[in-house]
Amino acid sequence: MATRKTLMTILAIGGIGAALAACGGGRSGDTTAASTAADADTSLSGSIVIDGSSTVAPLATLTAERFKSTAPNVNVTVGTSGTGGGIEKFCNGETDVATASRAIKDEEKAICDEKQVTFKELLVANDGIALVANKENTWATCLTTDQLAIIWGPDSKATSWKDVDPSFPDEALKLYGPGTDSGTFDFFTKAINGEEGASRTDYSPSEDDNVTIKGVEGEKGGLGYFGLSYYEQNKDKLSLVQVDGGSGCVAPDVTTVQDGTYAPLSRPLYMYIADAAAKRPEVAAFANFYVENEPTLTVDSLFVPLSTEQAATMKAEAEALAG
Amino acid sequence: MNGANRTATAAAQRSVRDALTGRQHRSITATVFMVFIMASTAVGLIALAVLLFTVLQDGLPYLDPVLFENGPSMDPNIAGARPAIMASILMAVVLVATALPVAIGTAVYLEEFAPKDRWWIRLIELNIQNLAAIPSIIFGILGLAFLVRGIGLGPVLLAGALILGLQMLPTVIIATREALRAVPDTVRQGGMALGATRLQVVRREVLPAAIPGIATGSILGLSRAIGETAPLLMVGAATFVSFNPGLLTQYTVLPILIYQWIRLPQEAFQGLAAAAIIVLLAILISMNGVAIWMRNRFERKW
Repeated sequence: MATRKTLMTILAIGGIGAALAACGGGRSGDTTAASTAADADTSLSGSIVIDGSSTVAPLATLTAERFKSTAPNVNVTVGTSGTGGGIEKFCNGETDVATASRAIKDEEKAICDEKQVTFKELLVANDGIALVANKENTWATCLTTDQLAIIWGPDSKATSWKDVDPSFPDEALKLYGPGTDSGTFDFFTKAINGEEGASRTDYSPSEDDNVTIKGVEGEKGGLGYFGLSYYEQNKDKLSLVQVDGGSGCVAPDVTTVQDGTYAPLSRPLYMYIADAAAKRPEVAAFANFYVENEPTLTVDSLFVPLSTEQAATMKAEAEALAG
Repeated sequence: MNGANRTATAAAQRSVRDALTGRQHRSITATVFMVFIMASTAVGLIALAVLLFTVLQDGLPYLDPVLFENGPSMDPNIAGARPAIMASILMAVVLVATALPVAIGTAVYLEEFAPKDRWWIRLIELNIQNLAAIPSIIFGILGLAFLVRGIGLGPVLLAGALILGLQMLPTVIIATREALRAVPDTVRQGGMALGATRLQVVRREVLPAAIPGIATGSILGLSRAIGETAPLLMVGAATFVSFNPGLLTQYTVLPILIYQWIRLPQEAFQGLAAAAIIVLLAILISMNGVAIWMRNRFERKW
């Protein structure tokens, strides 16, 4: 009896499946994996353990993936324990590389010192937070940081756009943003409300930025924020809001994020590489690989590439590693 | 059997059926209760149906050989889940080989051999029940402090499997004890009356009779462990692993990969995540299939 029922259930699921499969879709491009590069270095082996910020994860993952095709025998793993968790493991000597969406804190440095873990700091990419509004929102093309604080402040009572600025229409304010675990949330709250984690709580939080996109897309009075990369993937669905940090309206783009004029919502991203780990040829090769391919790696993982000076500084740090 | 007798039996059956389905004399309370329990069932079933439908709708187009052949990639066209699928299966195998024997052994000892009136036995029982209610992340912290750092195992698959095993112990122990308790005492007494030792009775009579219940309990524990994410992230499971996992290598498992893919901005990864969910469901359903097969194979009625 039980077996027959189970069989029926499986058949039913399979039936629905077959019906749905007919809908098509799926992968649209070339599904052959990138072949190993012609100049692949098979003499390199060993493993590289990377852990840290989930913001930096797409960049670290893409670098690991492409590095693999030039050094097929090196096993690179990327974890996402968060910036704090990643640095903790790094200072405990458990990982070779820590990725971070902020610079290492002094107290974290002290722990590294205590464990005699020395390292080099590489500024590897720039990140900007994009504020997005509904396509039909014609009034909020530029918001000042004060207005953003009115909207997102921990004690905010603003429920309508009119509460933000009397010249705005009386359209209900529907807020979307990342959940409290997100590095973007920490960064935004610190930059706008002055304290990490200080935010009004009656908005729709989601760790999945696609939820924010869908929400803002569907609400005329919608407003949300997330990494610039998400906006670039969904340009057609939302409109970008400029930010006035005290010296005029600035839209986030390559130059304004690189030079920090898109203040206060742009930030540098880091990789910390242990000196001890860099003595291993595979780790040194990985660092060099990043330095050489930084422009394509950052752009392909939807971050803003380094400026010329930033790139020069990173190169110098990476060379200091090898030395 | 004569005709009158048959009619009487049929009438009796009908009245029993009517009582069960409440066709006659149904009070308002009974109706309300009936509606309530049917609605409760419907909530679960509808949620499950919607979930299955959306997952299949999103995932099936992406359920292709590439998913099983390739490693993860930031390019959705070539991204696959091979290392994660292998690690999830390997993890299930390790759990079956380590946690199940320990859990079943513990349950058999506590139920069949342990002196029930000793304070330390009661202490163990109380602790097992408490363990079952501990949030999984706490097990992760224990694993990090004790296995990964304490004895220096490092963030390897074996460490993750052991900690998941520890987490599923209470579930399996409690289910196994229930199954053993459901075996009538007359079976034990009968065996011993025929001169069998306690061990022989347990091995030849009680355990085989309890297998259906044990299998169900084991699958419950195993399924939960296979779908677990939080403690593994704690003990250092990576999110990007492109090589085939071994017992002593870094690893990632399907739930972590699904979580990772869902967070990526490209829409194709939402589909890939759904496809990975289908694979995870298939693994769980096949494990359930084994349990159902065992239940039917060993089921006994007294």
